[in-house]
This record gives sequence, C-alpha cells and structure tokens, in this order.
Amino acid sequence: MVNAGLVTQPAISRSGPSQRLIHEVTELPPFQALIDEHAGDVMAVCRGTVGRGDADDCFQETFISALRAYPKLKDAGNLRGWLITIAHRKAIDHHRARGRGPLPVAEVAEVAVEDPLPDDGIWELVGALPPKQRAAVTLRYASDLPHAEIAAALGCSPEAARRSLHEGLKRLRKELA
Amino acid sequence: MKDSLNRLAERAAAERLLDVAYATTDSPFGTLLLATTPKGLVRVGLPNQDADELLVDLATRVSPRVLEAPGQLDEARRELELYFEGRLTDFDLPLDWRLSKDFRRRVLRAIARIPYGQTRSYTQMATSAGNERAVRAAGSACGSNPLPLVVPCHRVLRSGGGLGGYGGGLPMKEGLLRLEGVLDR
Repeated sequence: MVNAGLVTQPAISRSGPSQRLIHEVTELPPFQALIDEHAGDVMAVCRGTVGRGDADDCFQETFISALRAYPKLKDAGNLRGWLITIAHRKAIDHHRARGRGPLPVAEVAEVAVEDPLPDDGIWELVGALPPKQRAAVTLRYASDLPHAEIAAALGCSPEAARRSLHEGLKRLRKELA
Repeated sequence: MKDSLNRLAERAAAERLLDVAYATTDSPFGTLLLATTPKGLVRVGLPNQDADELLVDLATRVSPRVLEAPGQLDEARRELELYFEGRLTDFDLPLDWRLSKDFRRRVLRAIARIPYGQTRSYTQMATSAGNERAVRAAGSACGSNPLPLVVPCHRVLRSGGGLGGYGGGLPMKEGLLRLEGVLDR
C-alpha cells in the first residue's frame, strides 16, 4: 500500500552560517514499498531458478537477507535490480545445498549495475519450462552466468548445460512465435 | 503470494528485523494507520492524513525497515475498536515516545493523564509541562501529537471554552467529545 518512489531531500551543510545546499541525499523508502512493487518479480525469479516447490523458501530467504542489509544500503538507485541479484544468489545457494557440486563463481555483486530482468512477461513463459531448461535460461540471461558456471550450478557438464539452454530457448521462441 | 508475505512478516518479527510494523484499521471517522516498534505504539495516523507520507516519515525518522504486519497491532486495534464503541475508557498499550522530544513530550505525557470524558485548557497543559507561559508551544505540541486518540489531545480546549484545533479536523474532535459525553450528542 505504500506509494514508493525515493524521497530525495536536499542536505544542508551544518558547518558555517551560510547553510548551503551541498549535495543530494537519497533516503530509503519504507521496505514495504519494495515488497509491494517487486515481490512478484522476485517470486518469478525464484520459480524460474529453483522451481515452484522451493520457490517460497527462496523468496523468504531473499527478502529476509534484503531486510537485514537494507538500512545500510548505500545506493537506492536500483532497488529492483538489488533484490533480483539477491534472489539469484539465494537460488545458487539452493542449488549448491542440493549437492549439485561446488560453484566456482566470483563474489556476486552487492548491487546490480543494470536491471537484469526485463519486465515484459517472458519470465512467466520461462517459469513454465522443464526444470533444467528453466534454470539454464534464468541463470544465463537473468544472472548472466557463463556456461561453465551454469553447469556447476546445475551439477552437469558444460555441454549438457549448453544443451538445456539451447532447448529452453528453442521452446521459448516457439511459444513466442 | 499472500501466505508468503504473511510468513515473511512473521519471520522478520521473529528475527528482530521488523523495526516498524503497521496496519490500517477502520473507525467511525475513516481509516486509521497504526504503527508500532518493538517498544510500543509509535504513530497513529488519522483519516485525513496521508498514510504514504506517514510511512515515509517513519522510514526516515525511525528505520526504513517498515513492514505491513497487522498481527503486531492486534491489541491496539482491539482497544481502539472498543473505544469507538464506548466500551473502553483507558488505553492500556505500551507507547514509544521517540517521535516527540523535550517540552513537547512533557506536554503529551501530561495529556495522556487527562481522564476520559474530561477536558483541560492549553494553559493547564503548559503548566503541567513545567512552563505556564508556553501556551502556544503547548498548542503546537498538541498539533504535532504523533499518537492522537491514545494520547487524547482532543480533550484539550481553549481557555474560553472554544474547541481549538485538531489534526484530524474539527468535526472529528467534536465527534470524539460527543462520544465521551463532553458535548451533547
């Protein structure tokens, strides 16, 4: 119910009598605004990466982690990208915990530089793909992982990951045609 | 999705990540916004106040960890409901006073002690807060009351008997005074 949007207030210099506007401070909106606006996208990523059965766990872990980190978040410029990045990290944790092999990825960025997930409904279609294809497509295009890391996340060979990705994309093209 | 969000609010509270929980509730005057910290009720928003603005203000002044979590406000909602039905005269809710400071807080604490169905003047409130000449400041303390209804600033009137002002609008102040039997129904 929160009408989000960032609250930008001019910061006032406290030193000196001539209180001048020196820079803009971006304040964090109420966390509920993030939930109201982005819960659907986060759930779509979780369904896409770990499947419907475990999607809620991924969703909970994502928002609890976000809530924990939120007050210290420095850049409120792309909250959606930030949440989706966390969701991907939680999905990777999930795959890892499933014992599908260690995942040699570099540290995942704290803040998404670009919004990794376009908002055009295609992720509903991705969510309907068979599990391996779905995970491969999401990890490739939303998390931007290379084939070798997708393979590690899924516990299969790079060749098999490439095949899952290929099959998934082929199916998506057919659905979209 | 609704179940997921309820679980999230419960878990956030259990892990002490819920700094401000809020809920809305109906009243005879319109929708109220209620917000609580782990310490107690911190903000009551009246129907004519913009709920989104109040939440942004809480995010800025208390913590940005603001979540809709009606379960945390069950007791406040219950007591308010009884109050509007005329079945409760004294609120028994823990309060978090952090949104008011110094003289204003002293005025509000004095207002909190005005019994149901009685009124006081702004001058009396200034005196109770320790400065009988600060009548205007007492008036503005009432005007900035973050906890209206529970801290009953509607029971403070002008010395001459005029109603004075009210954050929720004068019709609401009159309605509350009628409810409490101060004004004729």
